[in-house]
Amino acid sequence: MAKTCAVEKTVRKSGKDSMVCDGNRSGLLAALRRLQNKKGCISDTDMQDLAERFGIHPVEVYGTATFYSFLRVDRKARHVIRLSNCVSCGGKALLAAFEKTLKIKVGQTTADSRFALELTGCLGMCDQPAAIMVDSKLIGCLRVQDVPKILKSLR
Amino acid sequence: MKREGAIIFSPIEPFAGLKQALSISRGDVIAAIRASEIKGRGGAGFPTGVKWNLAAAAVSDKKFVVCNADEGEPGTFKDRVLLNEYSRLVFEGMIIAGYAVGAQEGIIYLRGEYAGLLPSLGKILLKLRRSNVLGVNVLGKEGFNFDIRIESGAGAYVCGEETALIESLEGNRGEPRSRPPFPVNTGYLGQPTVVNNVETCAAVPHIIVKGADWFKSFGTEKSRGSKLISVSGDCGRPGVYEVPFGTSVAQILAMAGAKGVKAVQVGGASGVCVTPAQFDRKIAYEDLSSGGSFMVFGKSRKMLDAAVDFLEFFSEESCGQCTPCREGVPVLLDISRKIRDGRAAACDIEALESLAETMQDAAKCGLGQSAPNALLAILKNFPGEYEVHDGQARET
Repeated sequence: MAKTCAVEKTVRKSGKDSMVCDGNRSGLLAALRRLQNKKGCISDTDMQDLAERFGIHPVEVYGTATFYSFLRVDRKARHVIRLSNCVSCGGKALLAAFEKTLKIKVGQTTADSRFALELTGCLGMCDQPAAIMVDSKLIGCLRVQDVPKILKSLR
Repeated sequence: MKREGAIIFSPIEPFAGLKQALSISRGDVIAAIRASEIKGRGGAGFPTGVKWNLAAAAVSDKKFVVCNADEGEPGTFKDRVLLNEYSRLVFEGMIIAGYAVGAQEGIIYLRGEYAGLLPSLGKILLKLRRSNVLGVNVLGKEGFNFDIRIESGAGAYVCGEETALIESLEGNRGEPRSRPPFPVNTGYLGQPTVVNNVETCAAVPHIIVKGADWFKSFGTEKSRGSKLISVSGDCGRPGVYEVPFGTSVAQILAMAGAKGVKAVQVGGASGVCVTPAQFDRKIAYEDLSSGGSFMVFGKSRKMLDAAVDFLEFFSEESCGQCTPCREGVPVLLDISRKIRDGRAAACDIEALESLAETMQDAAKCGLGQSAPNALLAILKNFPGEYEVHDGQARET
C-alpha cells in the first residue's frame, strides 16, 4: 500500500508539471523519471501501479521505461556515474580509472549498490573534456587523478 | 565571459522583440520571419517562416510550440551554452512563435543530460510568469495566453528527431513517426505543433527587433544569418563561436587556435569528414550543412578509430524500429572494426557500399540515413590509413 502511495504522489506531482489530461499518457516519462530519481530504479510493482494510474497495460510502461537509457528497471544504484564515449568529451583513461577504483566493469553496479558505472553518448561537454555525469550533474575537465576525489564526495 | 557575434550574441534589450511582435499582427510576425529567410538551425534547414505559416494556417483550437533542446549530436554544446546564458532569449523566441501561430502552450524538450539546468530554468520561468511575460494576456496583449513548461528526456539521441521527440513527450518510446502527416498539422497530442531548435528560437527576437534585411545582410544567398559552431577536439580554444554563414573551415580553425590539423568532422557522428585540402569549404546549408558540431582532429589521431567510435554510438542509439537501421548499423560497425584492424577484404568494402546505399535510401529517419556517412568519408579521404586485402573475407 505504501508503494502505491509513492506512485500516486509521483504521478500527481508530475501531473502538475505535465498537465496530464484524461486519455493521454503524456506524464508517463516525467513520472518514471521522478520514481527513478527517488528510488534509484523502477520496480515491477511501480510499473504496474503506473499502468493502472494511466489506464494502460503494464507492458506499455515497461516498453517506455526500457527504451530510455537513463531509466533503470533492473538494479538500483544510489549514484550513477555516466562516462561519455564521445570522440571529443570522452576519456578512455578516465573509464579505466573508474573501473579500477570501483573494482567493477562498465555496465555493472558495485556490490553495495552505491555506484553504477555506465557509458553514454556525447554529454555536450566537448569544450571541457573529459566529462562525466554523476546523477544529474555534469562535471568536465576531469583527469584520471580526480577520480578518487569525486568518489569520496559521493560516499 | 562576454560573447560576441553577429546576431545571437549581439546586444538586444530583454523582451524588446516580444513587445514589438505583440504590437503588430500575427501575419506580420510570420511575414517578417519569412522575409528573413531563416532556416532551422538544428541541421535539416527547413525554412522557419514556412513552418510557422503552415502551423498558423492549420485549424485547431489547441496548438503547441516545442523547443527542441535534445542536443545529442556528438560534438555540439551550443544549446547548453544558450540555455545557460541566453535562456530568456530562447523563451522570448518561443513566445513570439506562440503568438504567430496561435499556440497557448510552449514546451522545452530538454535532453536528460542537461537535467542540471532544470532548477535555474524553472526559476526564470517563474519570474517570467510573475512579470506577465508568460500567463494570461501576455504583456497586456488581450486574448494572447501563453505558458512554457520543461519536459526532460532520459538519454535517447533519436529523440532529437522531431517526431520521435513528440512521441517521447506523449510518454511513448522515442520512435520516429512516418511523415506525412507533419507535426505542423498533426503533432503533439495530434494537434498542430511547431518544433524549433533552441538556436532558431534565440534568433527570432533579433529578427523582429532589427529587421529581416539586417538579418539577411549576414551569411550567403542560400543561408542567411549566422551559425553557432561548437568547436572541440585538438585546438587551443574550444568553445562556441558565432560565425556568419559562408565562413570557411580554415577561418574557424584559426579562431579556435588549431594548428597541424589532420581533419575536421563537421556535423558530428552523422556529418562529414573534411581534410586540409577542403578547408576552404564553407559552413552553409549549400556546402557543409550541420547542427554546428565541429570536431578537430590533430595529427596523432587515427581516423578509423573515430569512425568505429561513431558507429558504436549509432548502434547504441538506433531505436530499433526500422530494419535498415537496426540491422544495418551493427554490420557497419563490424566492417569498420575489420578495416581498422586490417582484417577487411575487398568484398567487405563492396558489402559496405551496398549496405550504405540501402540505409541512405530506406532508413526511416536521419539517424539510419546518415549513419554510414562518417565511415564512407573517412575511407575516401584517408586511403593511407587502412589496408584492404583482396580475396575472400577471412573468418575471424
